[in-house]
Amino acid sequence: MTEARQPVERPLSPHLSIYKLHITMVMSILHRLTGGALYFGTLLLAAWLIAAAMGADAFNDVNALFAHPAGKLVLFGYTWALAHHMLGGLRHLLWDTGRGLQVWQANALAWLTILGSIALTLAIWAVGLMLRGEL
Amino acid sequence: MPYRTPLARVRGLGSAHAGAEHFWRQRLTAVANVFLLSFLIWLLTTLAGAEYATVKATLAKPQIAIPLLLLIVSGLVHMRLGMQVIIEDYVHSEGRKVIALMLSSFFVFAVGLACLFAVLKLSFGA
Repeated sequence: MTEARQPVERPLSPHLSIYKLHITMVMSILHRLTGGALYFGTLLLAAWLIAAAMGADAFNDVNALFAHPAGKLVLFGYTWALAHHMLGGLRHLLWDTGRGLQVWQANALAWLTILGSIALTLAIWAVGLMLRGEL
Repeated sequence: MPYRTPLARVRGLGSAHAGAEHFWRQRLTAVANVFLLSFLIWLLTTLAGAEYATVKATLAKPQIAIPLLLLIVSGLVHMRLGMQVIIEDYVHSEGRKVIALMLSSFFVFAVGLACLFAVLKLSFGA
């Protein structure tokens, strides 16, 4: 029985690198990446809430970080990740019902996800800046 | 001594030992998150750049705090399940996988408890 313990060199199925990139594939990868980013991005919400609970000084410090151009860029990226993951998730919920799985439908939904997420992000920021009178 | 037969106990669970629980919770929280995160985006958009007193008073309102608490729970359950899948897909050594899953759970519980504590503190008078 000892031979059975020897590692066997089995052929691996082809992976990402050998395929031509398809829009559905890119959206699948982005869905996972944005999910991972949102996971760590909860630290931003936690920092904001904890600072608010700590008092005015801590809150103003955290707000100053978010108001800095670099902080704004992070928040902008976070908004896009959220929009993209949400639209991608809605696409998955549609697929769960067995609909939208034809190739042309899947491709169309993939394009809708990426274009929709960009449009949604810009719309959210436009409204936010307009409310503050910065746009 | 359980009276159910071994077959009855494993029926419907499959090789993951947890049946459709993971899949279902991921979907349940996904649907909840669509509504709760739309609420959060609205809240943050209106509160961006606001004075501390305004933010504090807004977060203390029950109609704001309750959806926020729901969002924290639903969002963190969802992301813990998601990170579990990512770890299971990419970390192949059993030991490292268990450690990574534990660290992910610690992260989720720490962030979750900190957020819940902050909202409750603001609600009940910080």
